[in-house]
Amino acid sequence: MALLEVRDLSVSFARKGEPTVTAVDGISFDVQPGRTVGLVGESGCGKSVTSLAIMGLLPRRGTEVSGSVLFEGTDLLGLSQRDIEQRRGRDLGMVFQDPLSSLNPVVPIGLQVAEVIERHRGVPRRAAMSQARELLDRVGIPDPDRRLKEYSHQLSGGMRQRALIAMALACRPRLLIADEPTTALDVTIQAQILDLLTTLVADTGTALIMITHDLGVVAGMCDEVNVLYAGRVVERAERHELFAAPRHPYTAGLMASVPRLDSSGEQRLSPISGSVADNIPWEQGCAFCPRCSNALQLCGQATPEVEHTGDGRLLRCHNPVGEATPISVEGP
Amino acid sequence: MLPSTQRKQRIDELAETGPGPDAGVSLAASAWRRLRRNPVFLVGASIIGAFVLLALSSPLLAQHDPALRLLEDQVSRAQNEIPPPQPGFPLGGDQYGRPFLSRLLLGSQQTLLVAVMATVIGLGGGLTLGILAGAFGGWVDTLVMRVVDVMLSVPSLLLAVSIGALFAQQTQFTVILAVAIVQVPIFGRLLRGSMLAQRASDHVLAARALGVKERSVVFRHMLPNALGPVVVQSTLSLAVAIIDAAALSFLGLGSGDTSVPEWGQMLGSAQNFFDSHPQLAFWPAGCIILVALGFTLVGESLRDALDPKNRR
Repeated sequence: MALLEVRDLSVSFARKGEPTVTAVDGISFDVQPGRTVGLVGESGCGKSVTSLAIMGLLPRRGTEVSGSVLFEGTDLLGLSQRDIEQRRGRDLGMVFQDPLSSLNPVVPIGLQVAEVIERHRGVPRRAAMSQARELLDRVGIPDPDRRLKEYSHQLSGGMRQRALIAMALACRPRLLIADEPTTALDVTIQAQILDLLTTLVADTGTALIMITHDLGVVAGMCDEVNVLYAGRVVERAERHELFAAPRHPYTAGLMASVPRLDSSGEQRLSPISGSVADNIPWEQGCAFCPRCSNALQLCGQATPEVEHTGDGRLLRCHNPVGEATPISVEGP
Repeated sequence: MLPSTQRKQRIDELAETGPGPDAGVSLAASAWRRLRRNPVFLVGASIIGAFVLLALSSPLLAQHDPALRLLEDQVSRAQNEIPPPQPGFPLGGDQYGRPFLSRLLLGSQQTLLVAVMATVIGLGGGLTLGILAGAFGGWVDTLVMRVVDVMLSVPSLLLAVSIGALFAQQTQFTVILAVAIVQVPIFGRLLRGSMLAQRASDHVLAARALGVKERSVVFRHMLPNALGPVVVQSTLSLAVAIIDAAALSFLGLGSGDTSVPEWGQMLGSAQNFFDSHPQLAFWPAGCIILVALGFTLVGESLRDALDPKNRR
């Protein structure tokens, strides 16, 4: 059984006097225990909202969440505030994008880590502090005894993110959501943090949802990739298959806009034109249609349905790449 | 010296001012580090220090009992005469022949008491309202803030006067209470605003994502980060409290008991003699202005020191 089953998850924000905005429009995916699943897409495609919805961290007022998020068979969306609070940090962990603003500036690092352990393990402060020390040591923070007493502004960016990872993994959650965990870091530190995440996840058997716009991160870490566009999954595949043969024009476009070391100097990068904001709603056809290089007349008129293309892949496209444009077959 | 070595030295110096000296230093400690070098703070703190010292040691410094009419024989109602400075009485006496300098010295005690008590009570009330509104949000927030709005819509002195006038008998305590109630909405509104800002902050979201209990989120993650502006306001409010208390006394809503001297009340009773004996008003007014200035200077420099933009 899957550890996490997200089914038809939709999130829309309604404000008085403003039209309702749908950020997530029926997303479904599974996370198997111990696997790393990537959610990939541009800014505004619904990645972060999906993760906040799974964690139950969206504000209650003005937010409509539908569908189901089954975690080991329990629907997280149906839990009371108290129950979901108990699961956060214990069963589900989360690491955010900006490590500086995600740490409390007036509480020492050690106390912040210990607080989580105290909360979920019910151990006294002293024991929690010594566990916190071990954790900081495990995530590779040098001189943990000193760092325990320091404040977030005294740590480097990489160390802050390590501390946040320590906090998220303090109670050995079975699922960790990492929301662009390396975007705010230097390139060299990015590699270290990804390496750390990979190791910790492998050691503890934690399943990981990796939210990113960086295909390099996906290529390096994820077992399975979900490509999101305008709040829907447009393509899903195992990592190797996705990179070997992207089918959705959006996936192909994302890959073509990343510089590669092994490409010849002649080849130019080809960005996807436009931005997510200028899409059309899914009800009136494919949302990617205005930016798509493969668009057919059909794409602007009918919403493409999800197709299982065999070998576990999933595709939402009328005219995928890597396949001859369907031509009416002429009889002999 | 060669330019290249100069540059090297500058870079070394810059590097040294990096995380080095601040290591192991809390927010409060680094704010203190900046304050110590700020001349505005030093001037303000000196004034306040002198004032507090004066208030504490005034029973020793004052040579005479402030309630005794020692120079009563020199007072003449008909000729509008008030005892002039003389040996043993450097500032002479007041309109009842009481020793003016001793009254001025001992007046610092009452003034300090009123300022501190009013601010503490106002702060307590304001914190309660601010935490309620900021932590619960929703209808609690709306209710609390409407009450605060109503209180803020009345000019503060007028409100203090109205509250003071509500009591049948004015004592020092009613003055404190009147001044304190005026402070409550200011603190409440300020704290609520910064609590809401904290509520939307990333580290509060991160704490929630770790399953931290709501109570702990409010008191450990939101409140301590929201207190900065309130700390600043409370030093400023000490100055306002002194002025408001003086104004109440001046308007005759102060303590009726004139045997215990207080600057505002001294100033108030001097108004009838302002033409002929301005020194009776000059001294207490000067003291009030100086002390209020001291608190204001400290408040302003504290505001700068706690400004997150100045933090490294």
